[in-house]
Amino acid sequence: MRSVIPAGVKARFRLPARLVGMFGAALMIASIFLSWSYGHDVLDDVGYYGAPSPLQLFFGLLALITLGLLAIPLVGKERLGQWAHVLAWNTTAKTAAIWSLAMAAVMVAAIAIGLGGLVNVDPGGWLAMIGGVITLVATLFLPDSPEPTLYLVKSPQWLQILAIVALMAVVLFGAAYVLGFDDAGGFLTFITFIVGVAMILQKFGVFGWVGIAAANNNRVLVLSAFAVAFAFPFTQDGSDANMSIASQVLIFAGTALGLNIVVGLVGLLDLGYIAFLGAGAFTAAILSGSAFSTVDWTPPFWLTVLISGTVASVLGLVIGAPTLRVSGDYLAIVTLAFGEIFRITMNNLDGNDGPNLTNGSNGIPGIPDLVIGGFDFGEAHVILGVDIGRFANYYWLMLVVVAIIIAVFMNLNYSRIGRGWVAIREDELAAEAMGVNTFALKLLAFAGGAFLAGIVGSVKAHYDVSVTPDQYVFLESAFLLAAVVLGGMGTVTGVLIGATILKLLPEKLRFFSEYRLLLFGLLMVIMMRFRPEGIIADKRRKLEFHDDDELAEEVEQDLKTHHRHLNPEPKGWDL
Amino acid sequence: MTQAISGSGHQVDASTVLLGAQDVTMRFGGLTAVNNVSLTVHPSEIVGLIGPNGAGKTTFFNCLTGLYRPTSGEVRFNGELLPPKPREVVRRGMARTFQNIRLFHNMTALENVMVGMYSRTKTNAIDAVFRLPRHRREEVAGTARAKELLAFVGLSKAADSLSRNLPYGDQRRLEIARALATEPKLLLLDEPTAGMNPQETRQAEELIFRIRDLGLAVLVIEHDMRFIFNLCDRVCCLVRGEVLVEGPGEVVQNDPRVIEAYIGSSQDDDDQFESPQDAPRDSTEAGEGDA
Repeated sequence: MRSVIPAGVKARFRLPARLVGMFGAALMIASIFLSWSYGHDVLDDVGYYGAPSPLQLFFGLLALITLGLLAIPLVGKERLGQWAHVLAWNTTAKTAAIWSLAMAAVMVAAIAIGLGGLVNVDPGGWLAMIGGVITLVATLFLPDSPEPTLYLVKSPQWLQILAIVALMAVVLFGAAYVLGFDDAGGFLTFITFIVGVAMILQKFGVFGWVGIAAANNNRVLVLSAFAVAFAFPFTQDGSDANMSIASQVLIFAGTALGLNIVVGLVGLLDLGYIAFLGAGAFTAAILSGSAFSTVDWTPPFWLTVLISGTVASVLGLVIGAPTLRVSGDYLAIVTLAFGEIFRITMNNLDGNDGPNLTNGSNGIPGIPDLVIGGFDFGEAHVILGVDIGRFANYYWLMLVVVAIIIAVFMNLNYSRIGRGWVAIREDELAAEAMGVNTFALKLLAFAGGAFLAGIVGSVKAHYDVSVTPDQYVFLESAFLLAAVVLGGMGTVTGVLIGATILKLLPEKLRFFSEYRLLLFGLLMVIMMRFRPEGIIADKRRKLEFHDDDELAEEVEQDLKTHHRHLNPEPKGWDL
Repeated sequence: MTQAISGSGHQVDASTVLLGAQDVTMRFGGLTAVNNVSLTVHPSEIVGLIGPNGAGKTTFFNCLTGLYRPTSGEVRFNGELLPPKPREVVRRGMARTFQNIRLFHNMTALENVMVGMYSRTKTNAIDAVFRLPRHRREEVAGTARAKELLAFVGLSKAADSLSRNLPYGDQRRLEIARALATEPKLLLLDEPTAGMNPQETRQAEELIFRIRDLGLAVLVIEHDMRFIFNLCDRVCCLVRGEVLVEGPGEVVQNDPRVIEAYIGSSQDDDDQFESPQDAPRDSTEAGEGDA
């Protein structure tokens, strides 16, 4: 954020600004002990004096962080030692003030909308807003801190692992808590809180350090992430509503990861990708033994998965072989058309216009639940005293499928094949001139991505119980593409985040789902303007992520001298 | 056949022909960009290709490397007719760099070099997905070889930086390393010193000699006359798509027609003027090859 206040003014007013900011933060903390709303039917009931609700406590926490960021530097630069300049105190205080005010504003807005008018906002709400504004204005007068250099600080491995595990635990409980809201106001308030804390940690330099720690302990990170994902159903206490959303998110994310090979790695714009998911789903449905399936043979599920994947990848080859000779916009249009052809074909394979394979637009309903090794996915089980329902069963199955897809994606990405793909994306002609078989590699990407989508489709068929052609319309392809672009092309984490956002928001925010096309369109435009590389950028850079110690040290040294160069004297905050 | 002797006293085996282009003609509609050009390159020989802008040098390169299919004429490599497919050309042992650097910008220098090894490795999707021995073997060997090549061109320290972040001269050298990774017998360099300062040019010259000492033949397009006559065993001058003169450096250097082609052939080519001393010049030769 560029500063509007001249450096000279900041230098003069820095002490009063800090004190005024602390006063504002104290007002915000005080406000949580007051009533915020006249009525009690909004947020998680913020209408009591002296008894803060959980959301008010979260707001208080944010205000307390702001107060701390402003107060701790008062002990003096000497006492803080290296912490005075490896952490960005002043800049972070400003960020904390912004997000505290944002959270107060969201809560006040939720009260006003929920109860019908600003008159319903009690003194507490106003006090919080006033405190927020005071703090924000005051922090604008603080001198800017240099970029934090916490990531250069050496730390023992146990601390790094502990930080990762703690972060994952926080993610688990955060996710469980955020899904617990069934009103839009509370949901948005908590999301604001989470984003605010994330931004504060980012500005403070903590994420830089966590990034290094995560890269140094990659296995720990991956394992704990899956442990957290695996443990998620236990936080839901047998409730199916959230598990249903979570399974849908995983199905969507798994498909998007397959698309990510084609779009993110090879750079081919495929607008008909949903056809491959549909091909897998229809194949699995036909082989499921449903009363409406048109083939009598019911192979074991592992075989169905392989057949579904194969059918989808054969379709990928059939679509790819002729279309991959064109590129760019032309490819997008041709794949879009093939996606529609798939849907219309499925509609017409009803026995009138061809063989009866799909029952036409009725599709194949009544697909039985999976039974694998005696484990019936349709039944609830009690594990560790928690009810694990049907959706949680499929959630776990999808978790395994997504884990496999991620492994395939990563292994391909960091291999001869993946390098060839990215080379095609970067410069197809140069790739060909360096001996890369571009056509075969593009075809492989198409077939491979289709295979993964087919696998997901085979689970989706059982999860959805019925498979109909109208589930596989162009709009779904567009959403998949949006998830990839929003999250970050070519990345795994980014696509997982993108898929989660695109599935979760319409489920939790009723008004969002009514205008979702409009809002997603707006979101994409904003992303393209401000962060075209997506939420997580694919840098293919191993600079910081190198396990070669000698090189790491060298790089570190480089970075240090670089920073010295930028800031001749590490000046840190000024008091 | 005579024995050509380069300035450094290097012996060229002129009895075998590595690359033989015979009457190559390339027409784009009514424009004849390359007209009946014949050129031979012998093993371990450095051959220069000079000529004013628009003479058809890069187009001729594209004909040799399979990017264009010549309208007529044939290109033989090691006596074998070359198919007009870039990746088949690479497989047979011919690699090139580009006039306007065409690196894979969002890949690291190491990855760029490893892409060059694509045609010499066999890891397939199954090997990669299941991390089978062949993948691991080729990955280890390939990484080591790529580091060697980076060290050879003097880029050891840049292995893990994105190629787009490299300085201009380093990008040129990385492109050479990437081409060397394809294990070529003949290296085609399209203006390897374009946009370089005199010091970088000397480094490039020294690098090309070292490449020749590895046993590779080099065919190089260049405008820097001092560079080309220092370097080359033989020089061929193209003008308007045709061979004007071909022979040892001294012969070409003193040929009045070459001097005329560069200095006196048209009025509006000040920017094409190349003095042997030092040459302020555009780094790209706009339009050529796309004509």
